[in-house]
Amino acid sequence: MLDNNKQPVIGLFVTCLADLYRPEVVFASIKLLEAAGCRVEVPQSQTCCGQPAFNTGDFSNTADIARLTITALEGYEYVVGPSGSCIGMLHHYPELFQPEDPWHARALALKARAFEITSFLVDVLQFSNIQSQFKGKVTYHDSCSGLRELGIKQQPRALLSQIEGVELTEMEESETCCGFGGTFCVKYADISNRMVGNKTDNVAKTGAQTLLGGDLGCLLNMAGKLQREGKDVQVRHVVEVLADQLSHPALGESAYHLGKSL
Amino acid sequence: MSKSDILNTIRRGLGRGVPSDAERQQVLARIERHERNLIPMRAQGSEAEIQTLFIEMAKEAAAEVIELPTLQALPVAVSQWLQAANIPDLVMASDAELKSLDWSVLHPIVQHERVALAGDLASLTLAFMGIAETGTLMLYSRKESPTTLNFLPDNHLVVLKRQDIVGVYEEAWARVRNLSPGQLPRTVNMITGPSRSADIEQRLQMGAHGPRALTIFLIG
Amino acid sequence: MQITSPQFKENARIALTDVGLQKALGNVKTGFPQKRANAVARLPEFDQLRDQGRDLKNHIIANLDIYLEEFEANVIKNGGHVHWCRTSEDARQTILKICQDKGAKTVTKGKSMVTEEINLNEHLEANGITPIETDLGEYILQLRGEHPSHIIAPAIHLNLEDVSETFHAHHNKPKSMDPAVLMQEAREELRARFVAADVGITGANFLVAETGSSIIVTNEGNGDLTQTLPKTHIVVTSIEKVVPTLEDMTLFLRLLARSATGQEFTVYNTLSTGPKRPEDQDGPEDYHVVLVDNGRSDMVGGELQDMLRCIRCAACMNHCPVYGAIGGHSYGWVYPGPMGSVLTPQMIGIEKAALLPNASTFCGKCESVCPVHIPLPKLMRHWRKNEFERHLTPKAARWGIKTWAFFAKRPSLYRLLSQTSNRMLRLLGGKKGRIHKLPMVSGWTDHRDMPVPSSKTFMQQWNEKQKAGH
Repeated sequence: MLDNNKQPVIGLFVTCLADLYRPEVVFASIKLLEAAGCRVEVPQSQTCCGQPAFNTGDFSNTADIARLTITALEGYEYVVGPSGSCIGMLHHYPELFQPEDPWHARALALKARAFEITSFLVDVLQFSNIQSQFKGKVTYHDSCSGLRELGIKQQPRALLSQIEGVELTEMEESETCCGFGGTFCVKYADISNRMVGNKTDNVAKTGAQTLLGGDLGCLLNMAGKLQREGKDVQVRHVVEVLADQLSHPALGESAYHLGKSL
Repeated sequence: MSKSDILNTIRRGLGRGVPSDAERQQVLARIERHERNLIPMRAQGSEAEIQTLFIEMAKEAAAEVIELPTLQALPVAVSQWLQAANIPDLVMASDAELKSLDWSVLHPIVQHERVALAGDLASLTLAFMGIAETGTLMLYSRKESPTTLNFLPDNHLVVLKRQDIVGVYEEAWARVRNLSPGQLPRTVNMITGPSRSADIEQRLQMGAHGPRALTIFLIG
Repeated sequence: MQITSPQFKENARIALTDVGLQKALGNVKTGFPQKRANAVARLPEFDQLRDQGRDLKNHIIANLDIYLEEFEANVIKNGGHVHWCRTSEDARQTILKICQDKGAKTVTKGKSMVTEEINLNEHLEANGITPIETDLGEYILQLRGEHPSHIIAPAIHLNLEDVSETFHAHHNKPKSMDPAVLMQEAREELRARFVAADVGITGANFLVAETGSSIIVTNEGNGDLTQTLPKTHIVVTSIEKVVPTLEDMTLFLRLLARSATGQEFTVYNTLSTGPKRPEDQDGPEDYHVVLVDNGRSDMVGGELQDMLRCIRCAACMNHCPVYGAIGGHSYGWVYPGPMGSVLTPQMIGIEKAALLPNASTFCGKCESVCPVHIPLPKLMRHWRKNEFERHLTPKAARWGIKTWAFFAKRPSLYRLLSQTSNRMLRLLGGKKGRIHKLPMVSGWTDHRDMPVPSSKTFMQQWNEKQKAGH
């Protein structure tokens, strides 16, 4: 539990997909952190966590990006981001440097301070004052990196359970990969397609109107597939529901579509 | 030469040369100690609990367990079992303990003492130990108990004395080592239920190549 | 066997549309993971055992030469023979020579992936010796002229109809669709072969240094008949299988069955120590252990060393969504799934196996179920690094990542790139909020729509707000 007299200062790790595709996710995260008593700053020299380079095997560029990111995020008590995958990548940084390299220690220090948003709210802040008017039947996809690298499973559910209008129906195989996998979904398109098809089948079987998750990569993948299949399920990042930021269309939907569905 | 090539490659990878005598002794000393790794709590209860667990686990593995008060009750029980299964022959291990019993009750079932042959319908052997943790029988090869008896016949009948049930494998190893210090029997079998396979569509079928049925006569 | 790993993508594409295969793969998904989960739930100490398993394997690897020499000494003490084979070719020649010295005509075989690895059956056949696979799954595959698609459930890619047709074609019996009847047919067919074989070849799950024993773990009992009935028993196994003591073997046995089939214990766990003793009435007169290296010793001390911990339980492939979608044959060589994607490049060369370590989303499920905590995603990433350094990564991907990294290392340029992409995507998406077709990323849009950004980039909006606020 945090010291009540002190307002923690958060360095927000925006993550590139949220920056590019879904600014509302970042604003929702800021709203939640502020509601939990934090002061949020957005370090300007951040770019991407470097995961695309890391998983392509380009460790040299990954290390360069890691140094940039470590520097950008130093000086903040905590670093918080709306993605288990990107925060998970920050946790990989120490692997990029030899133990005697000063960057190794700095990477370890960042790892110790870097949290995914739902995990930060629950595990660090023990925040329990979610205010949201959201109503509806939802299902939740556990994104792989968050789940298996950071242990995120109960945290988003604990937060959602504070919203009266949320009816959570778990899907089968909620912990099975959706087939996104960064560049995997393009390089191995056929396999990825089968995996996301399995996922959307499981989503549809729950009868949920809304699919939630904590990682935009997976959410974009599933939203794109649901829409291609004509399945009427809205896809949102969980923080949008938690922060009651729902006035904008769901992923891959337009304002026009939103008007129709309301 | 392959051996030195392999060992040298390993040593290069480990960043050292041929191990010194001291290094080797240290490793061999670890073997001598027979250190136990973590042993699950499951089979570390009282004697009665362990025996109950053995029966439960053996049944779960699809073994039949027939409890008998004394070894003397065995021939009649075996005879009844074979008659019920309509089996006219029995191949038996020749351990003194088994041979000392009165087998005349088997008649007209024919009794053989030999290795098992393809086509044998039933065998009877003596278990060295029962291991409660997983309902496992331990048997070993010796003059009186050829290994084929444990695998070729369609039905394997095994005699296990209640006092030979231990909780965990480690207790069995300690006793196997004492059978003939410095050398294990040619074959030590741990058997948990009858033969099976799920190689066709992952659907479990009993009786693949080994015995289709495993019956444990638990004595005492 | 013919290597088709370079055609991985094509293999996978065909596999995904193979109706029979897809039906069969459904049995992996519904079976193994649930059974494992149940078994793990029944043993509260399971995770502690995994930690110990990892640590013990690390200890063994750090002293591998010593344990192997101790194992050899004890095999010899018991009257057996040990053959060290650096390559597949060494191993094939060694085994053939033992068989020829015995004048062997037929050889029965227990299930062994190492013999697949060294292409033993083809070699024996080419030299006039008939190998007979006796594991039910392997037997089915041998009749069909196929190779295993899974390391513990070799015929998992087949359906009942396939087995029924194969047996009907070979067994001269009425066609049956009852798996129990089919298994009975195999039992009867193989019984005489077990007895008639001159040599029995099995693998080993572990080698016990203390006693000079090999252990095999089977449910069918075929391995036991294979190693008991013929006059010669050859154990074909690999160098990393050695464990110090019976107690150490026990640790791995507690992990193996639960991780593999979800059983509490496999039906038959059999230790073989040397040839039959003078007083024994049955058992082999000769006992040979063929220790295969085939690239393993080169992994010691390197980045792949952790892979030497593998106990071949198959949990990684049983839980892998990629394996579950395409099956084992798509991987194009002996070892499929995550463990195969790490091991295959080491054994057949990364040039041929380059696609395998990339065929993973790094979902991490494999590592999470591995009984000895092998960091499989990390090891696959190691291969990707190796490919990148050696310019084996496809040009487009290499160029793409380098260009992207150029921007990612320059925050203000990256900002500009994000803004431009954001605007372009929104333009392309138009009123619909998503793109139906985009040639540059057809891999995505062939199968799914591409959602487009909902508004300007966060950074643009944030900085505008900050400016307006001050």
